[in-house]
Amino acid sequence: MKPGSDSFDVAIVGAGVSGANIARRLSAYELDVVLVEKEADVSFGTSKANSGIVHGGFHHNKKYLKARLELQGAMMFDRLKAELDFPFERCGIVVAAMHEDEMRPIEQLYMQGVENGVIGIEMCSRERMLELEPKLSEDCVGGLYAPGGGIVEPYRFVFSLVENAQKNGVRLMTGFAVESAKREGERWTVKAADGRSIKARYVVNAAGLFADEVSRAFGAEDFAIHARKGEYYLLDRMTKCKPARVVFPVPTSVSKGMLVIPTVEGTVLIGPTATAVQDKTDLATTREELDTILKSARNMIPSVSETDVITSFAGLRPFMEEDFYIEPSKKAPAFIQVAGIQSPGLTASPAIGEYVKDLLKKEGLKLVEKADWDPFVRKVPRAKDLSPYELDELVKKDPAYGEIVCRCERVTEAEIVEAIRRGHVTLDGIKYFTRAQMGRCQGGFCTYKILKIIMRETGMGWDEITKRGEGSSVLRGEL
Amino acid sequence: MKEMRFDAAVVGGGAAGMAAALEFAARGLTCAVIEREEQLGGILMQCIHNGFGLIEFNEELSGPEFAERFEEKVRKTAITPLCSTTVIEMEVEGEEKVLSCVSSGLGVIRLRAKAVVLAMGCRERNRGNIRIPGSRPAGVYTAGLAQRLVNIEGYVPGKDVVIIGSGDIGLIMARRMSWVGCKVHAVVEILPYPSGLTRNIVQCLNDFGIPLYLSHLTTNIYGKDRVEGVEITPIENGALMLEKSFKIPCDTVLLSVGLVPENELSKNMGIEINPMTNGPYVDACLMTNIPGVFACGNVLHVHDLVDFVVEEARRAGAFAAEWLAGKRGGKEVRVKAGPNVRYVSPSKVAPARDNKLYLRTLVVKNDAVLEVKLNNKIVRQVKKSHVQPSEMITLTLGQAELEAAASAPDSVLEISIQ
Ligand SMILES: Cc1cc2nc3c(=O)[nH]c(=O)nc-3n(C[C@H](O)[C@H](O)[C@H](O)COP(=O)(O)OP(=O)(O)OC[C@H]3O[C@@H](n4cnc5c(N)ncnc54)[C@H](O)[C@@H]3O)c2cc1C
Ligand SMILES: Cc1cc2nc3c(=O)[nH]c(=O)nc-3n(C[C@H](O)[C@H](O)[C@H](O)COP(=O)(O)OP(=O)(O)OC[C@H]3O[C@@H](n4cnc5c(N)ncnc54)[C@H](O)[C@@H]3O)c2cc1C
Repeated sequence: MKPGSDSFDVAIVGAGVSGANIARRLSAYELDVVLVEKEADVSFGTSKANSGIVHGGFHHNKKYLKARLELQGAMMFDRLKAELDFPFERCGIVVAAMHEDEMRPIEQLYMQGVENGVIGIEMCSRERMLELEPKLSEDCVGGLYAPGGGIVEPYRFVFSLVENAQKNGVRLMTGFAVESAKREGERWTVKAADGRSIKARYVVNAAGLFADEVSRAFGAEDFAIHARKGEYYLLDRMTKCKPARVVFPVPTSVSKGMLVIPTVEGTVLIGPTATAVQDKTDLATTREELDTILKSARNMIPSVSETDVITSFAGLRPFMEEDFYIEPSKKAPAFIQVAGIQSPGLTASPAIGEYVKDLLKKEGLKLVEKADWDPFVRKVPRAKDLSPYELDELVKKDPAYGEIVCRCERVTEAEIVEAIRRGHVTLDGIKYFTRAQMGRCQGGFCTYKILKIIMRETGMGWDEITKRGEGSSVLRGEL
Repeated sequence: MKEMRFDAAVVGGGAAGMAAALEFAARGLTCAVIEREEQLGGILMQCIHNGFGLIEFNEELSGPEFAERFEEKVRKTAITPLCSTTVIEMEVEGEEKVLSCVSSGLGVIRLRAKAVVLAMGCRERNRGNIRIPGSRPAGVYTAGLAQRLVNIEGYVPGKDVVIIGSGDIGLIMARRMSWVGCKVHAVVEILPYPSGLTRNIVQCLNDFGIPLYLSHLTTNIYGKDRVEGVEITPIENGALMLEKSFKIPCDTVLLSVGLVPENELSKNMGIEINPMTNGPYVDACLMTNIPGVFACGNVLHVHDLVDFVVEEARRAGAFAAEWLAGKRGGKEVRVKAGPNVRYVSPSKVAPARDNKLYLRTLVVKNDAVLEVKLNNKIVRQVKKSHVQPSEMITLTLGQAELEAAASAPDSVLEISIQ
């Protein structure tokens, strides 16, 4: 493709974990691909605020596409981690029954897991549960163990996928909010709210909560996506309640329930709740819901303490029907719907990439493998993972590794600069890439340092810096 | 990796760190002060208002002026200041403590010392710690961060401000933001009394006509991208009056909801922390449970006046120097916080000499009596015209009062407010 050209083979709308996996998968072929995203950075939608769990494959029946993609996707993570340098760990999952009545559903989950071919899944006695997870309440009566389940930092996963896709020729356009589209001959002309436009032969609608609007803009199916909010608390890494595995309660009919999650980065997440909301941008947390979370987390792990809380946040599940809706539109030509990607969307996402690639092929897209496809991203050394000796060596090569900017998460200036050079120039983008501002002081000490580094590295003025894009300016005046 | 060796190492170069280090230098001991920022001074450097040093220097200085006086003294001694250097780990190795420090110039340094003084200061409590629900837009800052932005970096974080919490930093910032042309719409405090010093209420709020809402809880923060307002709810007889909630439009929220001693390094080293102060438990010599490791200043417990910080730090430095000279503490008596007292620091006293104690009350009270009991016998009563949680109380107990403890085993000293 000629650089700067606005004509592509495939345009993917939405740079969440679905769009990112599709883009990266397509980057392996001789294709001109563009990934467009309305936000200032990638992964700023549902893919940034979720439980970050690579599920265990026992929650859903195989008759659903989501279950089949979950099983396939979960198996792809080890390889992806090796290629893409993002935090992922197979720490295992336990489902804790707190009452005898809950042992029946546990048995059903177990049978479903066995049917789904989940390796190593195990029905557990109370003793076995307490051995697997000593922090569990004495009241636990038994449960389920799925050793293959894991945890991932979802935004880092998306960042790496997109970075690798770009390395292999995919063009990323942020701040590009798709507003309208027109089919002209064999091509779609796609217009953004800011007046920019692109052309593409095929379009993939991976717009998450707004896939319904995007579908309508293309004259494709008319459906509605509803938002179901999930609120969380994040606990300090010094907390005493950190379990060794993800701890689930027995699921209800509407959700998998509220969990206690040991994140890969050493903190603990508790939540999420599940409440339907009208406004699909409503990410506010509420007093009542947060109280519920503490209560149900404590029910399973009594040492959960509110004094360990460092922040709270919410994510929105794009709910449409029971299953994912991934298929070529029956109304609009060369338009693939990737909608209703609720849980286990993150787990399934690598398989969604494969699946959509195959759909595009069936729709006539020619796939010729690139001879020089490079599956790797350049690894960023992280000061907090290094021994003093390793850090010393690194400082000799790059003195910026000797400047600790974020004391709580031990993030150095070199890592902040790396984030900026890789295109993350908002405070939140830098936070998700580096973890600076994510620890116990929540940016109280390092925000001003990060602001200065952004200005120095990008030449941006103080009035151009935002928390997460347009409207979220950080500073309002200069003395 | 570089190795360095000193008699003593001081972690943190704020008021406490500098004052402690000077004690080592005065006794001819070698000492390093490790400070993460480019210059010594700590939090004082961003406090450009007056009000420092009334006790120490008998005059009213600004924070940087106060710091400069100490820095000058430090420069005149053989103290090694290691600025732009962060301590990332502390371990005990036999008789020595090993601090891993990192800086861009020197890489990682393994710094060995026989004694260590902790003087890392504190951090601000944030929104998550006090669980304010609502959205998470730009425009929510801790008051100390705003102070840094305005006073040192030269930027104004917002124009229409609501301050949550009536701690001193918030009060000072209410005045500061007014001076730079912002409108401060309110200071909101959950308690029925302010948590900052009375003089700050007068000088920073009353003089500017800024309303102070006592017994009000912030129940929501609004705004998608940038703050658009806060919801405030009165508390009456301990209950939230949700039907009386009201909204104050603003583009900025500053939080001044308390400070927490910064003890993650200490905890990782195995130092025991007192949950009432969030600082280490220390004995009558300000020594932690790890022999040779001392603590002072805001890392030990949050002080409201820098004068008390340096006073305490001097004692910590002197005790550490004595410890290095081989002197070991004699008999000590456990100190207990009695009725109406939140904490007493240190948690032990030595009956053989004078002991300086710092304490905070749990109550606001006029005509209060501070009562000191040794083994249930009253040994001292002090009249106080007014006590409140935001103002630290000092007390010196000497040999005369503590004599009885010298003979009785398992003595307990209890301090209460009546
Ligand atoms: C509370 C919660 C917990 C969850 N926990 C898990 C879990 O533990 N494990 C798991 O596997 N799954 C989990 N999920 C599900 C998972 O997070 C989602 O399935 C997944 O993130 C969806 O990714 P996506 O890319 O389809 O959507 P999104 O991440 O929302 O991406 C869509 C993107 O499209 C962009 N966009 C929208 N409209 C436009 C437009 N007009 N023009 C351009 N761009 C546009 C958006 O800005 C957004 O970035 C959870 C979800 C929630 C909410
Ligand atoms: C806004 C504000 C207003 C105040 N107003 C007044 C007033 O009007 N009058 C008054 O008398 N007092 C006032 N005080 C109180 C007084 O100034 C402080 O209590 C005192 O300065 C604290 O000194 P410190 O040395 O304990 O802590 P700090 O000054 O916080 O110093 C701690 C130092 O340790 C460093 N450090 C921490 N961890 C590490 C590490 N791992 N490695 C290297 N270095 C590290 C930090 O960078 C910092 O410089 C005010 C305080 C504040 C915050």
